Amino acid sequence: MAAVESGTCEGPAGMSAVKRLSHAAPLALRILAECPVSKARACVLTLPHGPVNTPVFMPVGTQGTMKGITVEQLEELGCQICLGNTYHLGMRPGPELIEKASGLHGFMNWRRNLLTDSGGFQMVSLVELSEVTEEGVMFRSPYDGKEILLTPEQSITIQNSLGSDIMMQLDDVVSSTVTGPRVEEAMHRSVRWLDRCIAANKNPDRQNLFAIIQGGLNADLRKACLDEMTKRDVPGFAVGGLSGGEEKDDFWKMVTLSTDHLPRGKPRYLMGVGYAVDLVVCVALGCDMFDCVFPTRTARFGSALVPWGSLQIKQKQYAKDFQPIDPDCQCATCKRHSRAYLHALFKSDTAAMHHITIHNISYQLTLMRSVRQSIIEQRFPEFVRSFMRRMFPSSEQYPSWAVDALASVNIALD
Amino acid sequence: MKLELSKVVQGCRLGLLTAIEQTAQHSLDVPGCLLFTHCATVPHLTQDTLHTLSNLPAVTQVTLNCLAEHHEVLEEFKEGVRKFAGLHDTALYCSLHDSATTNPAGHITNKTVSVWGSGGRMELTVAKFMALQAAIKPDFYQSMADGETWQANTSRKRVRKAVDRTLAHLDECLILHQKTQELKQAKIFGVVEGGDILEERVRSARETAKRPVAGFVLDGFQSAAMEQDLRSQLITAVTAELPQEKPRLLQGVGRPDEVIACVEVGVDLFEGFFPFQVTERGCALCFDCTVTTDPETAVLESNEERPVVEEPKENGDSCPENMTRFEMNLNDKRYREDLRPLVEGCSCYCCKNHTRAYIHHLLVTNELLAGVLLMLHNTAHYLRFFRALREALANDRLQDFKRRVLQ
Repeated sequence: MAAVESGTCEGPAGMSAVKRLSHAAPLALRILAECPVSKARACVLTLPHGPVNTPVFMPVGTQGTMKGITVEQLEELGCQICLGNTYHLGMRPGPELIEKASGLHGFMNWRRNLLTDSGGFQMVSLVELSEVTEEGVMFRSPYDGKEILLTPEQSITIQNSLGSDIMMQLDDVVSSTVTGPRVEEAMHRSVRWLDRCIAANKNPDRQNLFAIIQGGLNADLRKACLDEMTKRDVPGFAVGGLSGGEEKDDFWKMVTLSTDHLPRGKPRYLMGVGYAVDLVVCVALGCDMFDCVFPTRTARFGSALVPWGSLQIKQKQYAKDFQPIDPDCQCATCKRHSRAYLHALFKSDTAAMHHITIHNISYQLTLMRSVRQSIIEQRFPEFVRSFMRRMFPSSEQYPSWAVDALASVNIALD
Repeated sequence: MKLELSKVVQGCRLGLLTAIEQTAQHSLDVPGCLLFTHCATVPHLTQDTLHTLSNLPAVTQVTLNCLAEHHEVLEEFKEGVRKFAGLHDTALYCSLHDSATTNPAGHITNKTVSVWGSGGRMELTVAKFMALQAAIKPDFYQSMADGETWQANTSRKRVRKAVDRTLAHLDECLILHQKTQELKQAKIFGVVEGGDILEERVRSARETAKRPVAGFVLDGFQSAAMEQDLRSQLITAVTAELPQEKPRLLQGVGRPDEVIACVEVGVDLFEGFFPFQVTERGCALCFDCTVTTDPETAVLESNEERPVVEEPKENGDSCPENMTRFEMNLNDKRYREDLRPLVEGCSCYCCKNHTRAYIHHLLVTNELLAGVLLMLHNTAHYLRFFRALREALANDRLQDFKRRVLQ
């Protein structure tokens, strides 16, 4: 199942260890189909814990658990890869215990693929008074008040202990709404930190280190970052520094610029994107992988995702609504329970959240499966059109950024 | 509904409750427990996770505490709670209150009882009570009752009133039951009250037994309210007045030692809320409930050193309130790096797939999955306890079984 070559690699004695091992990188991307109209592709990404069909949405299981659902339920939903957070798990229970438990796979008993982020994002978004220097990110632990320095090396060390199939470099994260010299500084530092992460990776034969393209909303900086980072022989690239509250008009332009300059043969991971419209548009722009807490987080508030938007199940209007969330949905929740029952259950038990979580993950994965199938069958543009028609009551309500983005890759919405 | 007793040994009744519904599909082992739910859902569990458990009790319990506020919806739905909830194939019992929560006292009147839903208190007359039953469509239910005798120093007068009211409510319920089309197939259980006063208990039992009920609910014996010795004494007096061929369901008692003691004085059925309470405090049932059927092995084992079962008594960190000696506290630091399953040899989903360290991590990080996994394990363990109890009775190994459980 693993893509890793178990034999030794031949090569001249003087060749660097990094280069030699890259031939045995534990990742293979096979492009099954490319949309002739847009930049969308359908691929099979083979990782140490099995294949992943792309485009793929990766649910986020922050603390080594997908909220209230079991790994068996997650597997049954067809999930092939999900996320764990290095910051959270690094704090609790810590990398030593996880390593003792046979890595994060062993600790949470998930036998398919795992992607861990570096911890950088949480650091600047969750923690007060974090300070970034060339060395790393200095912050104060929220659990015991101690000062901690997270360096690129340490992030990789933790992720090596977690044993994830894909690890993210530690990047110098700057909010997408920030402008000025800080953005450039962060971009250059991220390149330097990428090199440090590559050097620190103890397991290049079974853990894939992805680079994260930065540069904010500045096309020149993005381009410079792309030029530099694509010189490094990493198995995949993420587009970072977006999806943080910037204008959607700026967002999509940076996405498409990035995919224009990323190698065709390596996966492109757009971080933090999970709204249905965003997913479909960014697939058209050439992205393969996505993650977002939104579907699972919103489920716990009773918000069920559907092809025409979302239902707030806790609202009174659903108290006597005896149909399922989506009559066309095949998930366990929709096959067995009505909106009315879920509405009632929210008043008495946590299981209500689990039902919606299952539905929302199913919605996301089913969406991606449909997207993928349409690419394979060479009808992706038509899929996009009917998706938009379903999602919005009229074409006047199509978000203009989405119309523009799709037009830029030759998909016209009527 | 029929109670088929295969054996009565040392006061314990062993058998099968059959023909629970008109379609006669389901039968419930006696002694046994019901499946505890919130609004027809086993706490924390979806149908998929629930069905990782095998040999679930054939009867699911719902309460008016949860359902009263959904009366309108259920009436409009017309097909009862089992269908409304998308329940699996199961029989349904409806009780008044939820034994896992304590309701505030002092709201009962001659004509009404109160239940507490998410929106607060709702007052029920017998008419409203029966209208609810019609909307819920249970297979059997308890009649409306005044069980508020559990407070310390409840006066004799108050206890007498509870018995009187409960009988009056029963008579009214029976009349309305006959007139209610939706309840044609359902059975009604009379409720025996009487607090801690022997004479009142006997009176309540005697009078209730005169009515055409399908079975008896023993109420006002809640765990917190009464020592087991008194409870056993009172139940003995009560069951002496009740017909042998009708089932007795005891509400509010779930601790393993108390269950055994109550089975010994003639109780058939128990509510299943105890595993839920254990789960909510982050604990896992771990007491020994194996039973040897082979007398030779039993002798050998009693001569051997017992394998060390978890020592819950010595939990270091402050124990959760109400924690019993039958469970281990997964919040405790000692489990932080313990990569063993909760209970060696347990075949539940949690023990087959996860470790104590993982559960501990989930509790420390306040993750929802902790409740799911603990509920699965605790339910499995509790059902195994009842199964083993029945096996012990069937094979005349009750004393040996008691020794193991109570060690």
